[in-house]
Amino acid sequence: MLFYAFAGAAVIGSLLVVTQKNPVYSVLALIASFFGLSGLYVLLEAPFVAVVQIIIYAGAIMVLFLFVVMLLNVPREDAAEWDRAHPLYRPMAVRIGGALALLLALELAWALSRTAGLGGGVADQHPAVSSVAELGRVLFTDYMFAFEVTSILILIAMVGAVILAKKKEE
Amino acid sequence: MAIGHYLVLSGVLFSIGAAGVFLRRNLITLLLSVEIMLNAVNLAFVAFGRQFGTVDGQIITFFVMTVAAAEAAVGLALVIGLFRHRESLNPEAFTSLKW
Repeated sequence: MLFYAFAGAAVIGSLLVVTQKNPVYSVLALIASFFGLSGLYVLLEAPFVAVVQIIIYAGAIMVLFLFVVMLLNVPREDAAEWDRAHPLYRPMAVRIGGALALLLALELAWALSRTAGLGGGVADQHPAVSSVAELGRVLFTDYMFAFEVTSILILIAMVGAVILAKKKEE
Repeated sequence: MAIGHYLVLSGVLFSIGAAGVFLRRNLITLLLSVEIMLNAVNLAFVAFGRQFGTVDGQIITFFVMTVAAAEAAVGLALVIGLFRHRESLNPEAFTSLKW
């Protein structure tokens, strides 16, 4: 039952993100959705991922989003005036976009319905590996190279963000 | 809970995120929809990791999270830069390269 509660929170939060006109509400709804996902990670016996989800995603990334939304101070989508300028384009774009999204959902449903062995409890076959020590050991041995590359990625992203957001010097 | 439940939920979340990318015309909401999709994939990774009793699913989740953080930082910097140019967050405002 907990699964359905958390899954409902995640789905409703995500739907609100997509349907809200005001980006501030979208960001807050996404944080609610992340809390639902975090609960699901606890159910999957991955407590470290659950905590990291809250700290990194809800705590750091979403605060960054909220900061930018408030910095730019354009709460509402300005699609309305654009639509008046191009009366033919938007319905077509929405139709194609909606069809693509629907197609993706149908493909996923089809693939899942054709896959065998999805029944049975997720925890039936193997014991859970949830200790942080084991996680760290694998991360710093098997995934050593990926870990180092990730640190370079973060460095490049940081430099890029600073350069992109910097005001041009006159 | 069966792995199928988690995969269906993951698919639903991914579809919602994709619909957001296709249908919304606000750069911030577009980035948020990408985050939804990344999280849907994370959920599938962790569910599979639990199913097979390995730690790899959780570790890949961390890598996805770092990529998401980098993407958010660079993406938002781009949004700020674009907004300075055009005073708009509508992707249709940035079509100078269109012929």
